[in-house]
Amino acid sequence: MTTTDPEIDRDWLLLFGAWLICTLAALGSLFFSEVMEFPPCSLCWYQRMFMYPLVIVLAVGLFPVDRGAVRFGLPLAIGGWLVAAYHLLLYEGVVPESASPCRQGVSCKEEYIEVLGFLSIPALSLLAFTAVLGLLVLLQRRLRT
Amino acid sequence: MKKQTLVIATVVALIVGFVFAASWYRGTEAERVETIADESTDVLAPDHAMSLGPEDAKVTLVEFFDPACETCAVFHRPVKELLQQHPDRVRLVLRYAPFHHGSEDVAKMLEAARRQGKYWEALEVMFATQRRWASHHNPQPELLWKLLPAAGLDLDMERMRQDFGGFEIASIVQKDIEDAATLGIRKTPGFLVNGRPLPSFGLAQLQQLVAEELAANYSD
Repeated sequence: MTTTDPEIDRDWLLLFGAWLICTLAALGSLFFSEVMEFPPCSLCWYQRMFMYPLVIVLAVGLFPVDRGAVRFGLPLAIGGWLVAAYHLLLYEGVVPESASPCRQGVSCKEEYIEVLGFLSIPALSLLAFTAVLGLLVLLQRRLRT
Repeated sequence: MKKQTLVIATVVALIVGFVFAASWYRGTEAERVETIADESTDVLAPDHAMSLGPEDAKVTLVEFFDPACETCAVFHRPVKELLQQHPDRVRLVLRYAPFHHGSEDVAKMLEAARRQGKYWEALEVMFATQRRWASHHNPQPELLWKLLPAAGLDLDMERMRQDFGGFEIASIVQKDIEDAATLGIRKTPGFLVNGRPLPSFGLAQLQQLVAEELAANYSD
């Protein structure tokens, strides 16, 4: 029984935490676009492409704890992290917008909201991807041994 | 707690939380817009805006629209019918929210046509030929310069081009764009009935809101 083994349960909780972060991020992004009606820019869409499948992949991996979920989840988390990092650099003006893929439609530098007064949407995204990536890397190490 | 129970409970809690937050947000947003609309008619329905119906009507329906927006074209007739049902009590105020790239020029053309007393005629032509000049959300205003006279509109095109390029018309469209942002209009058509936004988008909701405002402002 997995429930009697504390070591396995900790793994499960880590995976559950990663899944929870992804689900919160997915719902949050939907709240911004569908409820607050902020049109997502192109980079936002790329991050969604990485974040949404993570919700499903990690959920499937929870029953029972499956190393495969970590294996499939990691590339998605890495891809999303890279786009989010690029987006934040662009948003903060470190990378010039002329070098960005968003010329038409919504600008990726559009300032919509600062959660708690300092967290922009790209910052929230990078925070979520960093946390998920960290948890998945930790899990991979634990499951390997 | 069993793992399954935990996951299912989390999913349910998140969904309930989402729905709750959405309804809360819409409520506060509607209140914010109503407050602005109450404080200043200049933001909601300024004098420069085109309107239809009696000035003293107690129900004012403000529509923010984009000439290139397909849903706006679809709503054009039902909105006019809504007005015809209550000819003495409802006034329509049309304002621009040119969200499509290139639509701003079309809004300016409409204002230029208005100077020659051809606003409604030009608008009808724009909606009727929308598929040709604004297919796939890609407005090409230059096509309209040919389509308008081709439709038989008696317009002095030279004068129209002059008005089109003028500062006055540009500032009217600019003000509408700014007011749309202030009033939280992010999609077209955006309706405000006596300053109240629709609870959710749809013709039935619009009719309902107009009926509510009619009941609140006229006793019979």
